[in-house]
Amino acid sequence: MPFNLLKYGLSSEYPVEVDLPPPKELKSSYDVVIIGAGGHGLATAYYLAKYHGITNIAVLEKSYLGGGNTARNTAVIRSNYLTSEGVRFYAESVRMFQSLSNEFDFNIMYSERGQLTLAHTDATVRSFRQRAEVNKHFGGRTEMIDRQQIRELVPSLNLDPGHLPVIAGLWHIDGATARHDAVAWGYAKQAAKRGVEIHQLTEVQDLIIENGAITAVKTNRGTIKCGCAVQAIAGHSSLLMAKAGIRSPIQTFPLQAMVTQPFKPFLDPLVSSSALHCYVQQTSRGEVVFGGGSDPYPLFNTRSTLDLKESLLAHAIEMFPFLANAKLMRQWAGITDMTPDYSPIMGLSPVKNYYLDAGWGTWGFKATPICGKTMAELVASGGKVPELIKPFGLERFSTFQQVNEMGATAASH
Amino acid sequence: MKIMNCPLNGPRNISEFTYGGEFKPMPDPVSCSDAEWADYVFNTDNLAGVVREWWMHTPSSYWFLAERHTVTDEILRTFDPKELFTTRVEFSAAAKEIAG
Repeated sequence: MPFNLLKYGLSSEYPVEVDLPPPKELKSSYDVVIIGAGGHGLATAYYLAKYHGITNIAVLEKSYLGGGNTARNTAVIRSNYLTSEGVRFYAESVRMFQSLSNEFDFNIMYSERGQLTLAHTDATVRSFRQRAEVNKHFGGRTEMIDRQQIRELVPSLNLDPGHLPVIAGLWHIDGATARHDAVAWGYAKQAAKRGVEIHQLTEVQDLIIENGAITAVKTNRGTIKCGCAVQAIAGHSSLLMAKAGIRSPIQTFPLQAMVTQPFKPFLDPLVSSSALHCYVQQTSRGEVVFGGGSDPYPLFNTRSTLDLKESLLAHAIEMFPFLANAKLMRQWAGITDMTPDYSPIMGLSPVKNYYLDAGWGTWGFKATPICGKTMAELVASGGKVPELIKPFGLERFSTFQQVNEMGATAASH
Repeated sequence: MKIMNCPLNGPRNISEFTYGGEFKPMPDPVSCSDAEWADYVFNTDNLAGVVREWWMHTPSSYWFLAERHTVTDEILRTFDPKELFTTRVEFSAAAKEIAG
């Protein structure tokens, strides 16, 4: 047997699986041009091909596939938001994530760990009760739990950090994590198999708009015509929108995170505390990931600062004192498109056939599947906005109808 | 830590300051349209380059203006708002509340 295996391995027929076909020349025209080959753009392309039979699609990426905020997020999947609009949308995303590995025949390492958010004040307890009920109403699994239950779930957690003793917890059983790169690659592979073209190192430099409709995009590899275009980028959403002449409420802030050296498994759930501006989780490789709130002022730069790292770690150590001796292995930052109400901007734009998938701030990864599916519906129908994303339209900022998710988003992502 | 030069208190740690948003002219709330007001309240230029913005020195509650490069994070200039506001800003009388 081992001999046969060796022979098979060395033979020229050894099946080298190709994830993506080799790069091609750009065609002069596509039905749909998607700007940005991150999770969202690739998912949109995949669902357009799968459910709507549209395959004459180019996904344009200025750098490499899944290399922007898809690669920089901390891979939290959850739906315990506050508003019914938000919960309905994210709960559908969680359900789609659960079956994604099967759908791709590719392991996205989906791991349902549960997410525990800590309350340190009575006001937070009240908002948790509301979040638990809203979540249950839309089919999610979320419970309020007390200190004893928290102790059983996370024995290593310090329940009395300094001035902020833990009073209760919001236990979101559906909370999960997945390999973010695998999600992007899964979508890319399946989309490419159906004929979608993915062009990396192809930067969109300008949008050509005539009579209120987009006709072509200008790239560093030439100008290509398009039937319609979808903007699915992160970090520079407002700058691209400005090229289409669209005003936006987006402000761009850096978000910093870091991981420690690997440890034996000690932390199953994802733990976060908005009062301590900190969330902590252990990856399947054993590394402990720390993340927190955004930087205090806007910046288009992924530089890191010692002051933010210091305050974040001070809080992390209050939660898990033994981590004071841990060594940090990596740290990084991403730039996030924050909206005033902490909800995304999805749907139509003032340019007729130019669709927006923007303003994903710090909550983009967890929405990848549902975002792709609803954006594909929007594009395929020629601009009929699906019910699920109607509340997230750009026009909500001129009709004063925001979807406020600030409290459920701020430091828990 | 990054240092910002407060026009009132001199060079201080950046953690002593609070960001106060882009500097933009306010339309007259009495006479402007709802669309103009919404644009003023929510929309931003969010430029990648040199911007003019409001900052506050938190311990002294002193508001001033800064010119900062939003890609390099370089603070080019900080100055007292008196440079731009040479006279008192008067608003026209408040509009009557319209029922409904």
